[in-house]
Amino acid sequence: MMRLLKPLGTALRALRRNVMRSVLTTLGIVIGVGAVIAMTEIGQGSSSAMQKTIASMGANNVLLFPGSARSQGVSSGAGSMLTMTPQDAEAIERECPAVRHVAPIVGARTQVVYASKNYVPGYILGTTPAYLDVRDWTHLAEGESFDDRDVRSGSKVCLLGQTVVRELFDGGSPLGKEIRIRDVPFKVIGVLAPKGANTGGQDQDDMVIAPWTTIKYRVNASASPTNTPGSLYPGARANLRPARFTNVDAIQASAWSAEEVPLAVSQMTELLRERHRLRSDQDDDFRILNLTEITQVQASFTEQMKALLMAVAAISLVVGGVGIMNIMLVSVTERTREIGLRMAVGARSRDILRQFLVEAVVLCLAGGAIGIAVGRATSFLVTYVKYWPTEPSIEAVVASVAVSAIVGIVFGFYPAWKASRLDPIEALRYE
Amino acid sequence: MELIDLRGIYKTYYLGQIDVPVLKGITLTVGRGELIALMGVSGSGKSTLMNILGCLDHATAGEYWLDGREISHASPDDRANIRNTKIGFVFQIFNLLPRTSALDNVLMPLTYNHEHLSSRAVRQRGLELLDRVGLADRAHHEPSQLSGGQQQRVAIARSLVNRPSLLFADEPTGNLDSRTSEEVLQMFQKLNREQKITIILVTHDAGVAKHADRIIRIHDGVIQDDGPASRQAELTAAGTGGRS
Repeated sequence: MMRLLKPLGTALRALRRNVMRSVLTTLGIVIGVGAVIAMTEIGQGSSSAMQKTIASMGANNVLLFPGSARSQGVSSGAGSMLTMTPQDAEAIERECPAVRHVAPIVGARTQVVYASKNYVPGYILGTTPAYLDVRDWTHLAEGESFDDRDVRSGSKVCLLGQTVVRELFDGGSPLGKEIRIRDVPFKVIGVLAPKGANTGGQDQDDMVIAPWTTIKYRVNASASPTNTPGSLYPGARANLRPARFTNVDAIQASAWSAEEVPLAVSQMTELLRERHRLRSDQDDDFRILNLTEITQVQASFTEQMKALLMAVAAISLVVGGVGIMNIMLVSVTERTREIGLRMAVGARSRDILRQFLVEAVVLCLAGGAIGIAVGRATSFLVTYVKYWPTEPSIEAVVASVAVSAIVGIVFGFYPAWKASRLDPIEALRYE
Repeated sequence: MELIDLRGIYKTYYLGQIDVPVLKGITLTVGRGELIALMGVSGSGKSTLMNILGCLDHATAGEYWLDGREISHASPDDRANIRNTKIGFVFQIFNLLPRTSALDNVLMPLTYNHEHLSSRAVRQRGLELLDRVGLADRAHHEPSQLSGGQQQRVAIARSLVNRPSLLFADEPTGNLDSRTSEEVLQMFQKLNREQKITIILVTHDAGVAKHADRIIRIHDGVIQDDGPASRQAELTAAGTGGRS
């Protein structure tokens, strides 16, 4: 402890002897670290804002469709096999660790009526509440989502997208109102937040979401001749207990991050092949689609951002370090007699080396600390004045402190070494 | 046992191809508690001899026994340690640290010793020393606020902080007027009498040298004369002593 405390005290006294020079010396590091911190915080802020946007476009989303049935070489098109079940979705959620959220999807396309208005939404989706998690869409503009109990009991409740609200309600609040989807009354319990068009140009707000059981057994049952009790025995009440085999149109899942999509895909493929009892020589009876293009955009964006920040950090810290070295060299020359005196009274060359190194490191660390404050202040100001998103970065702070200490050691070493090589007799005689 | 025992010390500088012998066989002993003036004109080798005696430099050949130990082959770190614990230096140009209080200047050499003193004990020692040189009330003044004589007294206090047995004063009055010179020299005499510190005054000034008990004259790298100051004074008075 004493071995470090003494040189530290000596260094502090020496630095205090020439406050102005010490301040000017650290300025390089202050600006360097300040720039790094501000850049990192602003960069990370916009990067994560960007990533959020990209993620809401579905970069981490994966769509699973049933395969296409082939009969004598003729494909009947995607979805013509009825192989995908809600239980598949549950199994994926349980057994694929790379998958974060999973929702089964049942689609419908039909007219929606409210009072005297009618409209055909782009999508009528029957799903589970997890769908909003999958789409990163849990923040509703109004009201709240349905829950798993509504799915189990086939409640006639729904969420409306902004476009549908505009078409049917003219800007009024639809909460608590009743709309009819193919003559089935649905109570509107929530309105989705606006999401705009997706990359394919389709309006994502043109959507109605309801429990999949309700869509499948009440809306679709009355239209398509699928073998549900309701259609087989007209007039009978729909049997809402899960049938022995129920298929869904698709399953949509989200991975933990865009980077984990490939892992999620392979886990799901393995699981579904097992669940569907496919032999190794059989083709998949499902297809998995992901948004590779968007994922790549996101990855390259993040990469470039990192590279940019690294370049700025490296340049500014090298400049700061050279500044420190420059002043330390001047300081060593100027203090030659002091060094001679210290040697005469018993400083060994390693004491001198240590003293000047400690001075340089103290300067750099002080500069780093001030730089962190300046950087944080800058990013705060940027948020406050220009409303740019910023994000405090612990890594940047830790890295700046480490880098400024290293800069101090690296650029302080040569001047300190020069000082320690002085001959005490020559140094004492130096004018 | 003598404090210093030099046996056939040679010092040669190598300037490119040419050898420049500076000390050519110096043999002398210094007892404890002596007050010595080391005299010689510039170029006589007295500074080189002082550097060797002061462990700032090492001899090319010969033995140097200091306090019972042969140190002519000591490593630089060893010599630094010897300087720190056994030797004090006072310089012509004071060499105080600028913008540093008198007290901190006095305490500076303690940075490099290996004793573990509490900061109170350290402060106490510094204040005592300043008191001894008559500057107790100037402890927190910076060198720029002190007169030349006061600065030199701070430097003397600094040279004593590690309680050395040997003190070198290299032209200690070279930058002082005659009145303060006298004060400083009397202080050396007092330290020598009361603390039994061995003091070697390096000077070319006979007026300074006469404050010593013994005068050693160096000329051209050899001892020209070595004896009690009283005899030297007689020689000087007779016009045959020294170099004159």
